Amino acid sequence: MNKLTLKRPNGRVLTVGIPYLWLLLFFALPFLIVLKISLSSMAIAIPPYESILNFTDDVLQISLNLSNYLLLLEDSLYVQAYLHSLQIAFFSTLGCLLLGYPMAYAMAKAPPRKQTILLLLIMLPSWTSFLIRVYAWMGLLSDTGLINNFLLWLGVIDSPLRIMNTDIAVYIGIIYAYLPFMVLPLYANLVKLDRSLLEASADLGSRSLHTFWTITLPLSKGGIIAGSMLVFIPTVGEFVIPELLGGPNSLMIGKILWQEFFNNRDWPVASALAIVMLALLIIPISLFHRYQSRAMEADR
Amino acid sequence: MNSTFRKTLLALTLGAAVTSTAQAEERVLHVYNWSDYIAEDTLANFEAKTGIHVVYDVFDSNEVLEAKLLSGRSGYDVVVPSNSFLAKQIRAGIFKELDRSKLPNWDNLDPSLLKSLDHADPGNKHAFPYLWGTTGIGYNVDKVKAALGVDEITSWDVVFNPENLAKLKDCGVSLLDAPSEIFPATLNYLGEDPNPTTTDAIAKAEEALLKIRPYVRYFHSSKYITDLANGDICLAVGWSGDIFQAQSRAIEVNNGVNVGYSIPKEGAGTFFDMVAVPADAKNVDEAYAFLNYLLEPEVIAKVSDYVAYPNGNAAATPYVSEEIRTNPGIYPSKETSEKLYTFADLSPKIIRAMTRSWTRIKSGQ
Repeated sequence: MNKLTLKRPNGRVLTVGIPYLWLLLFFALPFLIVLKISLSSMAIAIPPYESILNFTDDVLQISLNLSNYLLLLEDSLYVQAYLHSLQIAFFSTLGCLLLGYPMAYAMAKAPPRKQTILLLLIMLPSWTSFLIRVYAWMGLLSDTGLINNFLLWLGVIDSPLRIMNTDIAVYIGIIYAYLPFMVLPLYANLVKLDRSLLEASADLGSRSLHTFWTITLPLSKGGIIAGSMLVFIPTVGEFVIPELLGGPNSLMIGKILWQEFFNNRDWPVASALAIVMLALLIIPISLFHRYQSRAMEADR
Repeated sequence: MNSTFRKTLLALTLGAAVTSTAQAEERVLHVYNWSDYIAEDTLANFEAKTGIHVVYDVFDSNEVLEAKLLSGRSGYDVVVPSNSFLAKQIRAGIFKELDRSKLPNWDNLDPSLLKSLDHADPGNKHAFPYLWGTTGIGYNVDKVKAALGVDEITSWDVVFNPENLAKLKDCGVSLLDAPSEIFPATLNYLGEDPNPTTTDAIAKAEEALLKIRPYVRYFHSSKYITDLANGDICLAVGWSGDIFQAQSRAIEVNNGVNVGYSIPKEGAGTFFDMVAVPADAKNVDEAYAFLNYLLEPEVIAKVSDYVAYPNGNAAATPYVSEEIRTNPGIYPSKETSEKLYTFADLSPKIIRAMTRSWTRIKSGQ
């Protein structure tokens, strides 16, 4: 008895401790390094920034350079790029949800044997390299691409549609690439849905659409949030898809980061940009976290 | 316990010995060069001659190379940055000083070229020119003739006069997506110092570029090769060798597209790609062997033949095929050479202003 009470907190410390150690090593520590760089100033050296700590004559000097953050406010470019990134991420997430929900729903309703096949079909495209799939979209969407040629041949249009190098191409690319991240958590959630609730609803004379709105949808909230986070968060910082499919107007924060890092060789400003982006993302992440812990508590 | 420990130790020592002999047998060299920038058989011949295995990797922008070098421990033994990036990189302490006693072929280099590169690398201590080229105008001869009524392009007026460029809009115009190339060309056309030192100069160039912006189909630094060869665009501000590549591709497929290249009379920017050894290179002896090999006239002449860029090796010129050697777009005449300018090492403030202005020009933001 005595032994048991001693053991329990130990196991708890371990199970709680490992994720925290993980977070410390792979999130907090890199974050602090980036924060440190964002507060220094650029230099011609390896690495190309000055140290913020200076130890001379037994005096430790810390010089923090806030001008990198001020620069982000001074020029409207950065604010616009952040807003545009958030806009693209928001509508892409919405698109993934509208497309992904019916898919996940149909999968969850399918007979169990078919479910495995359907699940495989969702994951199958990701066996090909991500980059190759985005390149394939370039071939599909360009002025002389498959889609335009087909529509011209059908006679639906007279001149090629300008899709490539616009925001529409970016949306198509992102929704295509991130759809599995929406479908999988939704499916995992919907497949667990207690059928007896639906039967009860039907017995009490509710029509299926009404049942869906009042029972299925609220119960799948966890899956919707998880899927949306998995799509929204990486999309905000997406670089490859807008770079390959987007035009000069689809200016997202990933591209601005690239410019600061490579064109301007200004690692401190690039780091400041990254820190601000993280701060912007922490709001949805913490909302998600709060919801998750509440859901876990409710399960208990 | 003790015996297990000894066994482990023995295994480890043996393992170390095996790896070290393997290393002694196989000498390796890590080279990082521009894409499409070497002859097909250069590396194979070097390997056959020296037994040094070359791990060859390519990049397509100075920025990418620089970011790798600035992070430290890039893992490369030989790299090829452009001269405009070199000065800062030398100041950052990225490169080793070259030991000329290990480079007996050094004297093959063109002394006047070395002198002109002295400003980026005083005393030519850290690097030597590999290939060089100009940033000029590539064009579809027939389409330009149809639109403008001229047989050949001789002036930047075709690009920077909005009236002219407007006529080429429909057949397609592209500019390099490199502010460090386009700003100097614009300023040179406006009669200013091609290397901006003030933000006013950048504003002036921006004004001129915004006027021609509506007629530019896209900004890209490599796509124009294919598009020019296929006839999808009719004018590209681009790098000489790339445009000659487009020319030979069009000839190969025999599609009737006739690609021309012009170093306009107002002058053009010249870039020199420099061979250097990072300070933290591991295979230094192998690097010297490779550098000395590249300095052999016959070797570098073959590279020039293959990629259509002139080299920095004076002794190599007689070995370069006549077709390349006598092409005024590749080996410019003395008269043209006097109008050429080099890209200077710009201050961080100017670079930032240029990048910012470039975004405004491209996206209107």
